[in-house]
Amino acid sequence: MPMKMESDLNRFRKIIKGKVQKELRKFISNGDLIGRQGKKQITIPLPRIDIPKFQFGSDQQGGVGQGEGEPGDEVGQGQSQPGEGEGEAGDQEGQHTLEVDVSLEELAQILGEELELPNIENKGKKNVEDKHYKYTGILRQGPESLKHFRRTYKEALKRSISLGTYDPDNPVIIPIKEDKRYRSYKIINEPVANAVILYMMDVSGSMGDEQKEVVRLTSFWLDTWLRTQYKGIERRYIIHDATAREVDEDTFYRTKESGGTLISSAYKLATKMIEENFNPSEWNIYLFHFSDGDNWSGNDTADCMKLLESTLMPISNMFCYGQVESRYGSGQFLRDLHKHFGEQHDQLTTAQIKDRDAIVDALKTFLGKGK
Amino acid sequence: MLGDTRLSPELQELADSLAGTARESGLDFFDTIFEMIDYNQLAEIAAYGGFPTRYPHWRFGMEYERIAKSYTYGLSIIYEMVINNNPCYAYLLRANSLVFQKTVIAHVYGHGDFFKNNYWFSRTNRKMLDQMANHASVVKGLIEDIGHDEVEDFIDSILSLENLIDINAPFEQKISRDTGDELAKRRIQTPKIDSKKYMDSYVNPKDYLENQRQLQQNQMTQSEKFPDKPARDVLTFLLEFGPLEQWQKQIVRIIRDEAYYFAPQGQTKIINEGWATYWHSKMMTELAPLNDSEIIDYCDHYAGVVATAPGQLNPYKLGVELLKHVKRRWDRGQFGLDYIHCDDPKERADWNKNLGLGSEKLMEVRKLHNDITFIDEFLDEDFCHNSKMFLYDYDPRTNRYVISSRNFNEIKQGLLRQLTNFGQPIISVIDGNYKNRGELLLVHQHDGIDLKHEFTLEVLRNLYKVWQRPVHIQTLVEDVERKVSFDGSSHQVEKI
Repeated sequence: MPMKMESDLNRFRKIIKGKVQKELRKFISNGDLIGRQGKKQITIPLPRIDIPKFQFGSDQQGGVGQGEGEPGDEVGQGQSQPGEGEGEAGDQEGQHTLEVDVSLEELAQILGEELELPNIENKGKKNVEDKHYKYTGILRQGPESLKHFRRTYKEALKRSISLGTYDPDNPVIIPIKEDKRYRSYKIINEPVANAVILYMMDVSGSMGDEQKEVVRLTSFWLDTWLRTQYKGIERRYIIHDATAREVDEDTFYRTKESGGTLISSAYKLATKMIEENFNPSEWNIYLFHFSDGDNWSGNDTADCMKLLESTLMPISNMFCYGQVESRYGSGQFLRDLHKHFGEQHDQLTTAQIKDRDAIVDALKTFLGKGK
Repeated sequence: MLGDTRLSPELQELADSLAGTARESGLDFFDTIFEMIDYNQLAEIAAYGGFPTRYPHWRFGMEYERIAKSYTYGLSIIYEMVINNNPCYAYLLRANSLVFQKTVIAHVYGHGDFFKNNYWFSRTNRKMLDQMANHASVVKGLIEDIGHDEVEDFIDSILSLENLIDINAPFEQKISRDTGDELAKRRIQTPKIDSKKYMDSYVNPKDYLENQRQLQQNQMTQSEKFPDKPARDVLTFLLEFGPLEQWQKQIVRIIRDEAYYFAPQGQTKIINEGWATYWHSKMMTELAPLNDSEIIDYCDHYAGVVATAPGQLNPYKLGVELLKHVKRRWDRGQFGLDYIHCDDPKERADWNKNLGLGSEKLMEVRKLHNDITFIDEFLDEDFCHNSKMFLYDYDPRTNRYVISSRNFNEIKQGLLRQLTNFGQPIISVIDGNYKNRGELLLVHQHDGIDLKHEFTLEVLRNLYKVWQRPVHIQTLVEDVERKVSFDGSSHQVEKI
């Protein structure tokens, strides 16, 4: 990109960021952004940024056109430009909304600024390292498989020109051993900071579509934030009613069961998955559990507390429990957690998500601890 | 700055030979420098309104992104850009084929001739390229001194008023008028009876002076109108009477300067593009004809230039057709009282005195007219009918635009209204001391179309930032006369 425009473009981007930040709470609760997500960036619809001027209202404005048709025929709403344009102030463009591309990192940054989220402290796994091969330079010796073809021939050409053996009419160049160049690589050790997010959700009959939507929105923003904090992030999904099973993302948000609720089943499955796949000394583990809080029995609740206390909490960065409010009201489980662990617990974060508007606060609670 | 932008020797030779041909056939333009650039550079320059350097502002970035994106998506292509300057600068897109380059070069000479000879451009700054660069360095300096946010914010406010200029102002004889200082001085001076200094306190006692001052002030507020006649050039009014700091004045001057520079281009879109298109087609097909292998490409391109989208007026097409119409009429002697009063359509159609005055007439037209006078003078019923013009209107029930009329008078009137004041509402300051409280009253000369309300509110907010006292505008809202006001904290709309 040309340099001069860059600073204007940056000012413009800054304005956009400001707009996005201003509208962020709206975006969070209405879910407009989900589905507009590409691999690395997200397209955000914003109202067109205009410099307001005293101007004719476009609604009532007709005009003169050219072409076929009888009075009463439609001429559409075409706003297209002629094929050629002259350099002058473009003052009358179409009234589109502005679609801006924001990278997911930028979005997370905006989220972080708006909610004043702290960066996450790594759990202290600096000792685990990963090996990377990176081609950095050129050597005179090396394996043939790493031969740098172009460099080799360049050297050969140089040599033959300086020797005077090069004939432009018959440009044959044969590299000899001294011409050969090879790529060299360096081994780079990188600390692994991988994280896994385990989403658990109650899909019993009392969880309706709206409740699931709330969970979906919340988890989208959790993903967005955590993704910027770790290099690689893996997500796993568990649904449960009276029994728990692992599913993919799509199923996670779509499944509806009608059974009762045994929360401990999910916790057991989570424990098992972590033990099998995610060594707590190598992984940052995030556990999010969403439920309406209606557990089947007090006994099961007691089991849950035991599981949390003995296994899940010690091995995870944090355990977050979000209680969504269903049409049957809010359940008991949140209170049980508070009773058992106290409202301020280091490892446990809870939030009550009454409706979509409460998502923002829930995000702040969940991510505000910086773990 | 832009890398190597020189034309290839062949292309330069071609440009020179086309320039020769154009000059031989009567065009008269500034020397023209072509620069060969790639699309990114073109997008940048287009975003800057044709100039390589502008003052820093975010809207150029927005424009750049829009242009670059629409190119990436294949939505629009800019072939040609030329700036009114001496020497003229024009840009050629590296990726265009040779036929396009030729066409664009010829087109540019047409514009160059128009810029140099058209009366409406006669007061524009021909060293605008330098001027723009100066503006850029002034604003950059202000940003250093004052701060980026504050300067940008003020620029935003003034830009929102940039269309409030008087397009006729550059042509008016300057009459010396009272500056704000003199006005203030006059106000302070109280009439006294002449006396020696030691007698002064007896001849002009204090209560007498006070009395006189009171009297004078009353008189002033009753009789003196300020400004004495409605000021169309709102920016100049603010510059003279607004409570502005020095750096703010500099910015107002810059934006006003640029607005006046661009105004003739807004006033002559149709005739200017028509003229350039007329000449490029004449050169490509008659004067320096393309060869057989190129002509199809050229025709394809030309068809794109004069294509019409439904519901849109293509200035290239309307302009070139109307010019050709004028040429035909004057070639055949279709003017004068006899012709105008002739009612027999057959006789009119066959009217031919073989005068051959067309080319001469065209030169005159390009010298004297802007869009509105051009249309007013030459758009006649025959032309309107032949080129299938219609009037369309917005139908709020169906949310569509529909053809409302093919009546010549209505069409012409509609077109003229669309072009009046380069498409901007006519607004002037009528009272700079409204209610005798230093408030500012503007009036909108309503001609059938309301102002966009939400924008009006925003502009008033910006105007308040400049004037620093409550601001008002009188206009019609849904056929009722109303006054829209902003007093620094809230908006008010009241019936008058």
